[in-house]
Amino acid sequence: MADKKTLSVVLMDAPYESARSTTAFRIIDAAVRRGHTVKVFCYEGAVAQAFVKQAPHANAVHGRDLAAEDHPNPKDWIAAMMAAAEAAGGKLEWMNCGLCVDERGVGEVIPGVTRGSPVDLWKGAEASDNTLVVPTK
Amino acid sequence: MARKILNVVEVAYRATIEEQDDTVVWITHAMKGGGADIHMLLRGNAVSYAVKGQDASGLSFGGKAQTQPPRIEEDVAKLIGKGVEVYVVEDDAAERGLERTDLIEGLKPVSRAGLPKLFAQFDQIWHW
Repeated sequence: MADKKTLSVVLMDAPYESARSTTAFRIIDAAVRRGHTVKVFCYEGAVAQAFVKQAPHANAVHGRDLAAEDHPNPKDWIAAMMAAAEAAGGKLEWMNCGLCVDERGVGEVIPGVTRGSPVDLWKGAEASDNTLVVPTK
Repeated sequence: MARKILNVVEVAYRATIEEQDDTVVWITHAMKGGGADIHMLLRGNAVSYAVKGQDASGLSFGGKAQTQPPRIEEDVAKLIGKGVEVYVVEDDAAERGLERTDLIEGLKPVSRAGLPKLFAQFDQIWHW
């Protein structure tokens, strides 16, 4: 459809570090639910956003056990947004900077996440209608 | 024809010791090498990336010395050598007491007031 766009989003913050990641997820979620294709490129600490070994925890301060706390992990949100994208007729592509992954040892990722280079970011941006960089500050 | 992209670098010296470079300068090199029509603007504290004579060597923890410290002004100069236009906000440099002679050769000075006109020359602005 002509009104469907392709958007590139560059993330840079590690999980649990900044509200910028949450804001970016809101933007991505809104776009994929409308059937747009979103190409995410994770740079630096953001490559841990899809790390498969993220685990929820109980929270004694909250007085809640593991189930009640229902602590969110970004990897699960990413998987959910990928499913939402598919259901809406679009696609959420999630690519990690390979060298950034190696530096941090976070190569184990959820299904659907790929590994790439800055050139892949550039090619993705060239194929997109626009690109949003969400940098670390 | 590739889109013309301007990488705006404002956050400076973030993890440059660990990375042994600046991550945005690095990714600009990588994308230029891949064929991107990409250029760079140094503003805010990042104008210091163009200062000559920086020396980050000598770091050692527990006897384990860093052998390849960041050489950011050299990395910026190499970008210029590759045909990347590197702009520097002259107001930001002046506020930090930096004169033109303090900076590497080949930079393109731009005033803060001139930024909208500069941005209009690019298809996309990536503000890091």
